[in-house]
Amino acid sequence: MKKALLTGAALLASMVGVSAHAERDYISIVGSSTVYPFSTVVAERFGKSTDFRTPKVESTGSGGGLKLFCNGVGDATPDITNASRAIKQSEIDLCAKNGVTDIIEVTIGFDGISFANSAAAKHMDVTLRDLYLALAKMVPAQDGSETLIANPYKTWKDVNPVLPATKIEVLGPPPTSGTRDAFAELAMEGGCKTFPFIKAMKSADKNKYKAVCHGIREDGAYVEAGENDNLIVQKLVANPDAFGIFGFSFLEQNSDKVQGAAVNGKLPTFDNIADGSYPISRSLYFYVKKAHIGVIPGIEEYLAEFTSERAMGEDGYLADKGMIPLTEDAYADVVKRVKNLTPMAVK
Amino acid sequence: MTKSSMTTREKVEKSMKRRRAAEQRFRMYGVASVLFGLLCLVVLFGDILSKGTSAFSQTVIETSITLDADYLGLDKNADDQQVRLANFEGLIKQHFKDMVQPDGRKERRQLYSLVSAGASWQLQNMVLNDRSLLGQTIEVALIADDDVDQWFKHDRGHAHNAMLNETQIGWLEQWAEQGILKTRFNTLFFVNGDSREPELAGIRGAITGTFLTLLVTFLLSFPIGVAAAIYLEEFAPKNKITEFVEININNLAAVPSITFGLLGLAIFINIFGVARSTPLVGGLVLTLMTLPTIIISGRAAIKAVPPSIREAALGLGASRVQVVFHHVLPLALPGMLTGTIIGMAQALGETAPLLMIGMVAFVVDVPAFISDPSTVLPVQIFLWSDSPERAFTERTSGAIIVLLGFLVIMNTAAVMLRRRLERRW
Repeated sequence: MKKALLTGAALLASMVGVSAHAERDYISIVGSSTVYPFSTVVAERFGKSTDFRTPKVESTGSGGGLKLFCNGVGDATPDITNASRAIKQSEIDLCAKNGVTDIIEVTIGFDGISFANSAAAKHMDVTLRDLYLALAKMVPAQDGSETLIANPYKTWKDVNPVLPATKIEVLGPPPTSGTRDAFAELAMEGGCKTFPFIKAMKSADKNKYKAVCHGIREDGAYVEAGENDNLIVQKLVANPDAFGIFGFSFLEQNSDKVQGAAVNGKLPTFDNIADGSYPISRSLYFYVKKAHIGVIPGIEEYLAEFTSERAMGEDGYLADKGMIPLTEDAYADVVKRVKNLTPMAVK
Repeated sequence: MTKSSMTTREKVEKSMKRRRAAEQRFRMYGVASVLFGLLCLVVLFGDILSKGTSAFSQTVIETSITLDADYLGLDKNADDQQVRLANFEGLIKQHFKDMVQPDGRKERRQLYSLVSAGASWQLQNMVLNDRSLLGQTIEVALIADDDVDQWFKHDRGHAHNAMLNETQIGWLEQWAEQGILKTRFNTLFFVNGDSREPELAGIRGAITGTFLTLLVTFLLSFPIGVAAAIYLEEFAPKNKITEFVEININNLAAVPSITFGLLGLAIFINIFGVARSTPLVGGLVLTLMTLPTIIISGRAAIKAVPPSIREAALGLGASRVQVVFHHVLPLALPGMLTGTIIGMAQALGETAPLLMIGMVAFVVDVPAFISDPSTVLPVQIFLWSDSPERAFTERTSGAIIVLLGFLVIMNTAAVMLRRRLERRW
């Protein structure tokens, strides 16, 4: 027994050495938890329909994924990273510093962010301005003077007289989430810049503009409900007065339990998000390390599968999973770029 | 009668009632807290069991389908690659189209979506195993889509279903009446790896990954832990340095597990270049976490061996190594094993350190070796609980039931071992 254990330990020690130098023969994907459900479907189909091994997909968040991705070239680093936002200049610089120069950007589709409440409650029709006034930390004073005050609104009726007199209570993702970033950028800022004096601030004091427009109130009206969107749905069912912020695919799967509020008169539906008329929607991406193509087997074939008509197309299986497909022109452009493996232009 | 004239006996009798009441109260607090604990347990188990048991059954569509060799473009000598490329999906679609006669493209799509994407892999595997099936009409139970599964198991007869429309429910009702739509035991849940289609998702990949990870943990932490415990208890001089080591081992046992994950990332992955997401690196990190538990319980077990045994052996001329390996270790081993099992059970339920080293990943292929990418059961539960598809909810609970089962088995083993082998002096 003792001897067996000792040999086992010795074997393991040598394994550490061996595995450190073993060539990786599967694709390693990291990145956004929003893109994860789509990326994994493609990975699974790819593994089942080809001779290549099924890629490994990690859910690390957009920022975490890009950090790993930019860590260098070689089979210890991921080949592809998913992102629910575009890569930042600082990240491109980090990549370049570590020798990751040729990056192929692939836009895969759109994701709508829904603002929803329990299906048993009254349907809401809000504007971006309402959302901003209800959720921002600082809002313009009610007397019309161009000063900012701490958010005084307690009920939706205070925000806009046409809305019901229920307490403002919104469950949403924490600041680490890409969904929260996108909500702040699209919904909050969208409502914020409807005030001309704040809009003027953008050119004068960009940092203050951002603080005003992206700052979400911390007095209990906005509840950070964690990254788990299923949890938010459950809480909305239990509390008909509350609203939740989560991805469109969760709204679609739970449309018997929750309903999406119309924003600026547009309902969060597949068609409204696809044609861009629903205001809170963002693009989803993934980034490929060109240096790994030809080294790690199957990357080109994975890209072909992802950008194929049956995956990314209008009736593709990704659309079945809740991703909103690209417009025809944008799709054709993506296919062309992937085919030629065109890297991003270096700024 | 004045107070001072009370006899001792009277005083005692007077206070008796109060003291009895205090005892009664204390007992009641005790019972109440035990009951509260039990209630929590019952609520938790009840909730998980009520949600999770339905994960063990799966809706299938029983039908007889002709494996048309011409349509598939296969003959009896087709090799595996040709079979893999054959259009089984089209064959299934054609079959259901003939059966239901849908009206127009939209209805056809609605019809096709009732069958799982796994159904074509089912037929493909059957043909891969037995070419003589080609050209025959066979009875198969095709896996239904997860939306159908949820409807049939939970929503049937209720008013509203989010994912199916009237036409689809009409077909399903008809099939259910004909008796071709039924549930059976969900074998796939135990033999498949992860999948994005809930009806195909299984826990075998996660269980294998857990097993491999724990194997690495055990092989490393047990010998090291036992050796450390023996040295510290039997050989180490008692001085400032060993005292310092002892304090630090106790401190390590209380360090939050995520810290070990960060350490693993920094040392094993970034410096030694061990591959991410593998049971090897997972086992290494969990070893760090379980070592203190094993060392502490090992030392306690050695301490419990009476000094008379050591003295007797020494008196008969045994060397110190002989004393330890012939007498102390065999007597202390049951206690050490118990501590190890408890440490391993802790490691079994751990997710936080694994977050940092890439084991929170989507892995379809069942890992075969400790250098294959893999995930573990608690991580699988975490990943499923975060999936949008409704059918993953019950699978999450199903996987929790399996995990709890393993924990109960391990803890029972620890208790049994202690009962069986423990000696009292």
